[in-house]
Amino acid sequence: MPNTKELARREEMHQRFTGAHALCAGCGAPICVRTILNAIEEPVVVVNATGCLEVATTRYPTTAWNVPWIHVAFENAAAVASGIETAYRVLRRRGKISREIRFVAFGGDGGTYDIGLQALSGALERGHRFIYVCYDNEAYMNTGNQRSGATPFAAQTSTAPVGERSFGKPQRRKDLTEIAAAHHIPYVAQASISDWYDLARKARQAAAVDGPAFLNVLSTCPRGWGYPTDQAVKIARLAVETCYWPLYEVIEGRWYLNYIPEEKLPITEWLRPQKRFAHLFEPQNRELLHQIQQQVDEAWEKLLRKCERYEAL
Amino acid sequence: MRVATEQQLSLLTGAEAAAHAMRQINPDVVPVYPITPQTPIIETFAQFVADGLCDTEIINVESEHSAMSAAVGASCAGARVMTATSSQGLALMLEIVYIAAAMRCPIVIAIGSRALSGPINIHCDHSDSMMARDAGCVQLFAENAQEAYDLMIIAQRLAEDHRVLVPVMVMQDGFTITHSAEPVALLPDEVVKDFVGEYEPLYPLLDVDHPTTQGPFVLPDYYFELKRQQVDALDAARTVWLELQERFAEISGRRYQGFFEAYKLSDAEYVLVVLSSTAGTAKVTIDRLRRKGIKVGLVKPWVFRPFPAQEIAQALAGKRAVAVLDRAISLGSWGPLYLEISAALGRYLPKKPALYNYIYGLGGRDTPPELLASVVTDMQNEVDPTVLRYLGLRE
Repeated sequence: MPNTKELARREEMHQRFTGAHALCAGCGAPICVRTILNAIEEPVVVVNATGCLEVATTRYPTTAWNVPWIHVAFENAAAVASGIETAYRVLRRRGKISREIRFVAFGGDGGTYDIGLQALSGALERGHRFIYVCYDNEAYMNTGNQRSGATPFAAQTSTAPVGERSFGKPQRRKDLTEIAAAHHIPYVAQASISDWYDLARKARQAAAVDGPAFLNVLSTCPRGWGYPTDQAVKIARLAVETCYWPLYEVIEGRWYLNYIPEEKLPITEWLRPQKRFAHLFEPQNRELLHQIQQQVDEAWEKLLRKCERYEAL
Repeated sequence: MRVATEQQLSLLTGAEAAAHAMRQINPDVVPVYPITPQTPIIETFAQFVADGLCDTEIINVESEHSAMSAAVGASCAGARVMTATSSQGLALMLEIVYIAAAMRCPIVIAIGSRALSGPINIHCDHSDSMMARDAGCVQLFAENAQEAYDLMIIAQRLAEDHRVLVPVMVMQDGFTITHSAEPVALLPDEVVKDFVGEYEPLYPLLDVDHPTTQGPFVLPDYYFELKRQQVDALDAARTVWLELQERFAEISGRRYQGFFEAYKLSDAEYVLVVLSSTAGTAKVTIDRLRRKGIKVGLVKPWVFRPFPAQEIAQALAGKRAVAVLDRAISLGSWGPLYLEISAALGRYLPKKPALYNYIYGLGGRDTPPELLASVVTDMQNEVDPTVLRYLGLRE
């Protein structure tokens, strides 16, 4: 694994994904994409689900991609990747191509947790050799912050808004990383745009396994979450430090924790800087804050019991 | 060019005949998902692969939506791709069929025609393919197993011609053709291989040294022009279809002259226009009526998209009456085939024959020769052409 300096140099050199895009300042998606693509040594082909990343990087006739890139629809990135990877295997077998290529699919949480879950599950179950990356910003951000299966409990969104009779989303988020792990694929990991080296290492590991790999990457959204654009990485970091978003990996069915905070911060540290949680700090919602802390604690304890050992960064 | 000197006659269902065409074409990738009555196509083909008779990669996807998505991915990657479906399967994949056409993927899709739900029904009508008629694909209709086989082979070459590059759907009637065995003349493997040649993708995604961005976000400043290019592609499909018929006739001795079969048409006063297997029933009916001295003929389009409007209008010029039989209905309007022919006559003929529309056979309702004969009687009696009529319906 190259060191951080080497990774930084490669960022300058490769430019697989360039700055010529229209993603918002403070968006986590380009950090996620650049880190992953630059960590992979082999030539890559990128599949993109419909979403911010697709819309903001390929306004015809321009493109921000210096690698082969394809978008077909919202719910089918994993299925499209299945077709490309299969074509690759057969064309290699038939002697029409010789290069070693890796396949990376990017989808947001809407395209992955919700509408694309079936296609993802099918592709993982069939064992295609590709990496599926969910850049998870916890709501349908491309259409303006509607709630998804990834939206956390009590967050404000435009389709589960806060009001006289509502405190935001009444349900808990589903655990997609665990769902992916239940497919018995060789590699599953949870990562964050805040932990650059960890994410790069996981991308390399994902590219090395002979089968499907799934990365669930917490990716910030300044518009939906409501934070100053220069705070993206810090906000993501707080999700890790509060154990809201633990960094871990599942390698061949064995669970490894990648980071234990020295001092586990209270969940309010993560919630407070984000406007989508502002209502939780009103006095009548104190009980909700308590509930959220409980949810985080329980999930963290459960994860600790699952993880065989602690793998330092 | 290789020419078939001897063609072996085999007893095959339409589904098996289509699967044989797939075996001989030996595409790179075939995503499959089961649905009645298409399933025997992919089952027969999967057995060919399992037996080592061809070496296609089959992807057992988890839905038709993913079947078409994987097909688009594989096609853009640079592979030759085929798949098959019916009814609800086509409905589920339809979102991606439109995209496949717009991304100019030459995917051949075998369709075992089946009524759309609801209510759920597994038998034949054309509501599935008619639902997809505006998607940007070439649509070909086979009357029998032989045509299903031939059209699959022609479809591959048609789709991949660089002037065309759109998906081609090959329809055969569910059960009536997919599950009925008839003698089919198969071309020798090498003749088919030679006819379809190698697929030469223009911008394969897997060419990592020449990266392309495929399926980008297109705003009002370019969308319209890209749609216009699809119009041109389907126009070009007319030319390529005619060219391919010459070549196909040379290798097979079977000629798909023009865009439709004209059966006893030249001296006909009354004409039936019908797609697919019912054309067989129509021919029997026409023969019987002609023995009684009634001059009836048939127009059976093989090509529904691009629609051969001018050619059909010219073929119907001077006829006394024409009855268009539709095995689908555009609810709230009339039959899709009728609407095309009505528009064609309006556009090209100053003096039009009386034009009738009959809806028949929905959900697999049987349409025997007597019903078709009753249509001719209606035309002779000059019944009101402004009324939409139904065959074999209990009212």
